[in-house]
Amino acid sequence: MSAIPGTTAAVATPTRLEILAQAVTAALPGLTPVANHTGELTYEVPANELKAAAQALREASALKFEMCMDVCGVDYLSHGRAEWTTETATSSGFSRGVARGAQGVDAVPPGRRFAVVYHLLSLSLNQRLRLRVFCPDDAAPMVDSVTDIWASANWFEREAFDLFGILFRGHPDLRRLLTDYGFIGHPFRKDFPLSGNVEVRYDPEKGRVVYQPVTIDPRVLVPKVIRHDNRYDPALTNAPVHTTSLTKSDG
Amino acid sequence: MAEIRNYTMNFGPQHPAAHGVLRLVLELDGEVIQKADPHVGLLHRATEKLAESKPFNQSIGYMDRLDYVSMMCNEHAYVMAIEKLLGLEPPLRAQYIRVMFDEITRILNHLMWLGAHAIDIGAMTVFLYCFREREDLMDCYEAVSGTRMHATYYRPGGVYRDLPGLMPQYPYSQWRSKKEVDRLNARRSGGLLDFIADFTKRFPANVDQYETLLTDNRIWKQRTVNIGVVSPERAMQLGFSGPMLRGSGIEWDLRKKQPYDVYDQLDFDIPVGRNGDCYDRYLVRVEELRQSNRIIEQCVAWLKANPGPVMIDDRKVRPPRREEMKGDMESLIHHFKLMTEGYCVPAGEVYAAVEAPKGELGVYLVSDGANKPYRLKVRPPGFAHLASLDEMVRGHMLADVVAVIGTQDIVFGEIDR
Repeated sequence: MSAIPGTTAAVATPTRLEILAQAVTAALPGLTPVANHTGELTYEVPANELKAAAQALREASALKFEMCMDVCGVDYLSHGRAEWTTETATSSGFSRGVARGAQGVDAVPPGRRFAVVYHLLSLSLNQRLRLRVFCPDDAAPMVDSVTDIWASANWFEREAFDLFGILFRGHPDLRRLLTDYGFIGHPFRKDFPLSGNVEVRYDPEKGRVVYQPVTIDPRVLVPKVIRHDNRYDPALTNAPVHTTSLTKSDG
Repeated sequence: MAEIRNYTMNFGPQHPAAHGVLRLVLELDGEVIQKADPHVGLLHRATEKLAESKPFNQSIGYMDRLDYVSMMCNEHAYVMAIEKLLGLEPPLRAQYIRVMFDEITRILNHLMWLGAHAIDIGAMTVFLYCFREREDLMDCYEAVSGTRMHATYYRPGGVYRDLPGLMPQYPYSQWRSKKEVDRLNARRSGGLLDFIADFTKRFPANVDQYETLLTDNRIWKQRTVNIGVVSPERAMQLGFSGPMLRGSGIEWDLRKKQPYDVYDQLDFDIPVGRNGDCYDRYLVRVEELRQSNRIIEQCVAWLKANPGPVMIDDRKVRPPRREEMKGDMESLIHHFKLMTEGYCVPAGEVYAAVEAPKGELGVYLVSDGANKPYRLKVRPPGFAHLASLDEMVRGHMLADVVAVIGTQDIVFGEIDR
């Protein structure tokens, strides 16, 4: 994809994405976009530069991202790890067991587990941008709050705190949002079981509703499988896979 | 002198005007709102976490249940995200069908909103009129997907099946007289497209009916004019989208500005408000009813003239037909793999946004190359709107809270997810 800057010189008329990428580089030197095949721009900023970057993205005349559409947490704990090996199947046959619970010892490198992803939108220039910040500390992930730059981030940050346990420094009201009153844990973390830890039932002897450890066994219905597919390998194919999505999202 | 303290009041979660399960803790000084603290999450089902444990196609049905009054628009955003990652482009006919059903969904949603909003602030009749028209549109859903609400009709690469050539008819039974059944079936003699075409002819007059009841109604205006005013700058700060943003005078509609599917080939206008109050947002939505009707008319005309496939012909994504499966070994294998494992989506991340009836509904999808999404995040429009409730109702009277909740078009399926 020629949307990545650096290849712009060869192209006669730069696309809107390339113009945007140049504007970001001008406003925030040192940032390079993350490679992406869907025709969208993603930037990763270090956690300590988030506020400055956000301010620049909002203020710079060629960027003007006056809206923050979405803030979401991501847990990269089991990213790229399958529950069922298929690569070696040709020589050895498929394994029958499902490797449950992707939390192994060869975990993600420190400081690369929790990320906060911001989706920015500029109404005046009709452009979008994605910003990703990795939390440096895995045990107590924390990034700066951007609520004073975009007020809309308020609830989205509360949600990320609730579901992922990511703390936002400077947030005015960092309470749980979606989970139950008195809920323990952060349910969207990859090491939180899908079935949860507690269940609620009515106890006829005590005459009230009680919480108790969950009685169902977690099980994998369809194992997670990662297959290598030559059709999507950029090294093996010259034709751009995503001609349609590029022209559409360009408009 | 006695100490005068603010009064804290609980609104909901069982209040009929709470539109589901909103619990609102209000701090009142007399009858004036000092602070509103919405407690949400009573309908939280962890849709995004559930989607992480299932192959991509099995989560389409969950999307219907997010914003359960604009079902197909949610599917659209999810399906579009997968298509962007896979690099698929659905056939043109499928795109027209999707756009048509998106607009049918918009009318469904706005009718539900109009009826509920009106009944919340004291106008009973509009509710009955709105549900009369919703019934016909629900029948369209049923004809095409088999269910009246949670359609699960869109698929990555197109739609599940083509529009039916015959509209289902009411059977004769002992419960209805023959005359009554014939009356009900009068519009259903042709195909689905004929039924929709007939609806688009009738609908503008129906919108006039609603407007007669409300637009110049003195009580309606007293309850909505200058209530919940949001300036354009504030609307942007608060992440508004859809009619909430347009009501504040910002001309922004993804269908025009970042067109997806065939919206760039259709002719329609974007209504914009002026004052950013509840009344302007009402006017914007009512005009959207008319514009959606226009879009549906154009789609029906195109679809009648252009038969064709409604699903891409890619065996790696689309399950083979039953007949093929019975006679062809390879089709059987494809079917088996698609049903047991699903398809793998190349690693990457994508944000696909559609102009849902309530605003920008975005789906952020992270794939690590597996047959399930690694992370799915739904960006619900109502979430940002409800977050601003505190700001919008401060200084208003208690009764205006109901008007503001109504104007925000809150549905908890999408806010709590």
